[in-house]
Amino acid sequence: MKLLKLAWKNIIHNPLNLLLSIILFGLGIGLINFLILFNTQLKNKFDSNLAGIDLVIGAKGSPLQMILSSMYHVDAPTGNVKVSEVKAFLNPRHPLIKAAVPLSLGDNYKSYRIVGTTDSLMSFYNATLQQGKFYNRDLEVVIGRAVADDTGLKLGDKFKSSHGFNDDEDLAHDHAAFVVTGILNGIGSVIDQLILTNPSTVWNVHDHSDESPMIMDEEEKEDHSDHDHDGDGKSDHTAEEHNHSHDDHDHDGDGKPDHTPEEHDHSHDDHDHDGDGHPDHAPEDHAGHDHAAHNHGPLARTNAELLNYPDKEITTLLIKFRNRTNFQALSMPRSINENTDMQAASPAIEINRLYSMIGSGRQMLQWLAALIGIISAISIFIVLLKSMRERKYELALIRVMGGSRSSLYSLITIEGMIMTAIGFFVGFILSHIGMEILAGLLKSSYKYSFTGWYFMKKEWILLGISLVIGVIASLIPAISAARMDIHETLNER
Amino acid sequence: MLKTTSLKYKYPKGEFFDFPDIICNEREQLLVLGSSGVGKSTLLHLLGGLLTTKHGSIELGGQNMMKLNNKTLDQFRGDNIGIIFQKNHFISSLSVIDNLLMSQYFSGGKEDEAKCKSLLTRLNIEDKAYKSINTLSEGQKQRVAIARAVANNPKLILADEPTSALDDENCKEVIALLEEQAEMAGAALVIVTHDARLKDIIPNQITLSHQQALAK
Repeated sequence: MKLLKLAWKNIIHNPLNLLLSIILFGLGIGLINFLILFNTQLKNKFDSNLAGIDLVIGAKGSPLQMILSSMYHVDAPTGNVKVSEVKAFLNPRHPLIKAAVPLSLGDNYKSYRIVGTTDSLMSFYNATLQQGKFYNRDLEVVIGRAVADDTGLKLGDKFKSSHGFNDDEDLAHDHAAFVVTGILNGIGSVIDQLILTNPSTVWNVHDHSDESPMIMDEEEKEDHSDHDHDGDGKSDHTAEEHNHSHDDHDHDGDGKPDHTPEEHDHSHDDHDHDGDGHPDHAPEDHAGHDHAAHNHGPLARTNAELLNYPDKEITTLLIKFRNRTNFQALSMPRSINENTDMQAASPAIEINRLYSMIGSGRQMLQWLAALIGIISAISIFIVLLKSMRERKYELALIRVMGGSRSSLYSLITIEGMIMTAIGFFVGFILSHIGMEILAGLLKSSYKYSFTGWYFMKKEWILLGISLVIGVIASLIPAISAARMDIHETLNER
Repeated sequence: MLKTTSLKYKYPKGEFFDFPDIICNEREQLLVLGSSGVGKSTLLHLLGGLLTTKHGSIELGGQNMMKLNNKTLDQFRGDNIGIIFQKNHFISSLSVIDNLLMSQYFSGGKEDEAKCKSLLTRLNIEDKAYKSINTLSEGQKQRVAIARAVANNPKLILADEPTSALDDENCKEVIALLEEQAEMAGAALVIVTHDARLKDIIPNQITLSHQQALAK
């Protein structure tokens, strides 16, 4: 279309004007788009990490801080609570609670947080294993996608953690190393940046933090004739208790048979350890398992096992209700806050509060961006008006050559739209570069993965808006050109 | 080919012109003389369809231009009339040949690059075809203006004071050029001027006088 070519040539004939317009407009659109890119990713992360969790219970302090540390894994926790305090909630038959997941925080590897938790956390976030298997013994870990990508850890790799939440050599734990048994698929939620392990691993790491592996081996060799099985220095049972026959099938010594004779007389070739009839592992797994992770400390992998250690601590408990609208469930937080030394907070409420607090800041930025957009549209208007007045004779000439009034209107309007279209593309590029830069900063501070390579359909809408602004900015100059009286214009000398 | 009848024009501010009837056929030349203020440019603009009036008629090739509506008049002008102004204007962002092609585009005709090139050759400026207009001398610019005026094979070529700024030598050259191109295009040529030198060159003349500019 010839008019398009003419419009384009007219624009680049005056490069300074063009530069001014597209820089201003590009900045405005760029800022607007940048805010959209950032806000959308931020909101997605907030929402996806809510993960349907209804309540978080932990140590008293700022509820927002507790939520941020336990669900978003930024900021420090408010403290710990004893297993005995949350005993009731760990009961799988609790009338109001569908699932409860304990979290123990405290260590990190290269600033990625190590979280002691059960496998229920994975189902909360719909995470799946990409390679390897879930951890079983202490010091075994499963790592998220971002952790694997960033640290280069692979299956079987070993590492040592450091205390706290920042990577600090001085606080490195000197203990037996962690080992990676599984790597999770990347799912775009906070679990990507976590290292998961047993709750008891966290206890053991802190209890044994001064001991070297050498001492551990000596413990292994020690004579068990003192009936000290868990290595805490005290006899676990009397000598007589030890020498009982097992004909009464009373294994835990409480006087009641634990199982029938038939159940006892199975060989272990079927590798069914928990007696439920299914093999627990393949025969190969028995041979040559690594004793480096062998510990004499407490072992807790599930909620039930946690209950064996009432004096041990966890950081928080994440809870899903059976029925969210149940009146008793809704009043549970208040009764916890008022009647116990713990606090309970609703993630949705706290996050909404956070959002409304930063909301006014966000709004101000949006107004600023809109203001820049308006100013740049005005600059395009002024450029067009000025150029139209300077080109009066040329425009009259087009009429003389046979061009109609509407063709002059179209010409000026197309010039305006070209300028805003170029401005949009400049802004588009700037916004994605800016987002990528911010993403780098956020990654190093908070480990969250934002990206500049995030494209949305909304951006096409922004292009459309830019073109409309082009039409509006050129309205007055275009109409003025169309209404020009050729006779008068040509007579002016 | 060109015929005006009882042509009058009244300005909103009151100036009123009553023009003599004009006839000019194809391959003929007409000189319209008069001093300033006598209505020369008004007449030229009327003849070129740049101005319209309800009083009288202007026929070109049998079509009364004053009866055409705006858009059709624009188109008609582009197709049938080539105008050369005293101060030559061009589309500064386009090259010489693109200026010619533009005139073909705006008149609704087909763009014919070969034809434009040959036109430039005819006027001895084909080496400037792809150059910007600013690189041309005044004389070369005038020739481009002439090329543009004849690019659409018009029925009528109008020239407004084409020689006023030129010396005697160039004056003769330009008139010869105009006549030659008009002849080749088969067009009528009407030159509006106050340059008395042309009286000796073009026999067919009309003089506008102040008596015609009568307030009524």
